[in-house]
Amino acid sequence: MSPNDYRMLSARFGRRDGHKLAVYEAEGGYRALRKVLGGMSPAQVREEVKAAGLRGRGGAGFPAGVKWGFVPEGADQVYFFVNADESEPGTFKDRYLLDYDPHQTIEGTIISCYAVRASLCFVYIRGEFGWLIDRVQKAVDEAYAAGYLGRDILGSGYDLEMIVHKGAGAYICGEETGLINSVTGTKGQPSIKPPFPAVSGFLGKPTIVNNVETVASVPFIVNEGAAAYRAFGTEKSPGTKLFSVSGPVKRPGVYEIPLGLPFREFFNDWLGGMTDGEKLKAVIVGGSSVPVLSAGEIMNCNLDYESLGQAGTMLGSGGMIVIPESSDMVELIQVLMHFYFDESCGQCTPCREGTGWLHRIVKRLRGGEGTAEDLDLLEHVCNGMMGLTICPLADAAVMPMRSFLAGFRPEFEALIQETASAGPQSRWPRGEREA
Amino acid sequence: MSKQLDAKAPWTPATGTRARIDEALRRYPTKASAIMPCIWAIQDELGHVPPAGVDLLVAELGVTRARVHEVLSFYTMFRTEPQADHVLQVCHNISCHILGARPLIAHLEKRLGVRLGETTPDGRFALEGVECLGACGHGPCLQLGKHLYEHLTPEKADALLDSLRRGQVPRADTDRELED
Ligand SMILES: Cc1cc2nc3c(=O)[nH]c(=O)nc-3n(C[C@H](O)[C@H](O)[C@H](O)COP(=O)(O)O)c2cc1C
Ligand code: SF4
Ligand code: FES
Repeated sequence: MSPNDYRMLSARFGRRDGHKLAVYEAEGGYRALRKVLGGMSPAQVREEVKAAGLRGRGGAGFPAGVKWGFVPEGADQVYFFVNADESEPGTFKDRYLLDYDPHQTIEGTIISCYAVRASLCFVYIRGEFGWLIDRVQKAVDEAYAAGYLGRDILGSGYDLEMIVHKGAGAYICGEETGLINSVTGTKGQPSIKPPFPAVSGFLGKPTIVNNVETVASVPFIVNEGAAAYRAFGTEKSPGTKLFSVSGPVKRPGVYEIPLGLPFREFFNDWLGGMTDGEKLKAVIVGGSSVPVLSAGEIMNCNLDYESLGQAGTMLGSGGMIVIPESSDMVELIQVLMHFYFDESCGQCTPCREGTGWLHRIVKRLRGGEGTAEDLDLLEHVCNGMMGLTICPLADAAVMPMRSFLAGFRPEFEALIQETASAGPQSRWPRGEREA
Repeated sequence: MSKQLDAKAPWTPATGTRARIDEALRRYPTKASAIMPCIWAIQDELGHVPPAGVDLLVAELGVTRARVHEVLSFYTMFRTEPQADHVLQVCHNISCHILGARPLIAHLEKRLGVRLGETTPDGRFALEGVECLGACGHGPCLQLGKHLYEHLTPEKADALLDSLRRGQVPRADTDRELED
């Protein structure tokens, strides 16, 4: 199989002109929207997407059509949010979608909004993507001018407003309730569920939040039908998925793969293996928040929800971080614990304090002041965090922490041994930063 | 980038800023929900949100001063103090770390004579460590305003600094988006 055989999402990636409306239209763009507005009911669209088995691509993998079905029938006002906050370390696929092909996402969004009868939608883009926000705004302006947005779209009587919203730097605003709260004009802190946003979200109204890639998959499903979509992937993981690959491989980047592809094949044939002189040590397959797998474990996995679940990790956002033999795992987990500590919104004590403790203990280990008890202490702190908070950010810190400890314990122990024999010493070379 | 305002002098937003605030107020479903685009409008003009900007937000949005500060302080990209002319934000998260962010930061610290998190005494450069910038496969990377520089090496970083010192912002890997 070669990467070019499976391009329903990435057909225009890497092209200079793919973001232009004229190009998108010439290649069949907005055909799905015409089909929907020309004679499909919102319920029919929901059914088609449900039948396709499209699972949310933001991380949790919840079926999109099912989520849409939670919106109460006859709601007077429904809101839709496209989650383009893309802040999960290792993930940069939504950026490619919006960069090379913004109209595909816009078309998918309009159809998704129609399916839940939303009249206002926000495309929430992380603030750091300044250049990308300009590009998407331009594309939205084009779509308005062409009559795909605004009042009475294509003469169907359906009205939809689309606002491109610029975030301002907060990982937690990627969590759906944090995202919604951020736009209401308060701090972007998550709220407790239930109620789920689909029932009571933005301004107390039913609200659907979907990832960019999720909505971008919708035009294909509408055009070709659920069966054509299911021709890709596996029974439980239908369709294709974007993986963004970083680390010292020969060909890093964003790939669209049919779900179920063996990792071994993807790694060797598509990525070209490791760069010269590097050896594969471990892979974080779905963004920094999922458990790490050793080279031996990942080599036996297929890239789909069920196979990765069986191996003890998750497909997540598809942010694949390839770790070479030359990396120090304790150093990497320090970097990650610093991140979660920094990004905890502080509402829940187990998360606010727990991420701080995890970071401080790892830092202490690396500072040459660790003791054998510290590894149990890390476990103990993890146990006090997992599943006990408003949103899953605490879990997102625990999963890498626990898996690094479980899979690479000898590296932690060697560090402690070294400390015991050599005494305290700084592990960041002089003059470099202290994370 | 940032303008220092005389705290006592009245400030009226520039025409473009005013237009952006009015548009946000027209399009967002409640006045309070328009707070982020309004803050961006002010910050894009002044480089930060000074007390006069907070006054304007309170008056326009009908929210409390405490609410405005709550939002301003929650997000890392909103600023209430004037910033250096060039804020260099280097990603220090995992993928960039694997690809050499740490030596890159050490190099920039040496060249600028400041530590991460500090500003040069002349106020021209600030060096910040930031979390994942969504360029993990293109790292290490550095953001400067709207520009994102990717695949950085110490040599490329030097060329960037030299160019900024000459008053030129060099073309970034993502500037294609701004051009066409
Ligand atoms: C801490 C945290 C950060 C998240 N960040 C993102 C993000 O950047 N983008 C995203 O699409 N989903 C993110 N999510 C998942 C969202 O909460 C939500 O499940 C998703 O946007 C739903 O869309 P989907 O069903 O289409 O996947 C995050 C979740 C958590 C707990
Ligand atoms: S788990 Fe952490 S990030 Fe999530 S709401 Fe609680 S404190 Fe905030
Ligand atoms: S880790 Fe540096 S851009 Fe993602």
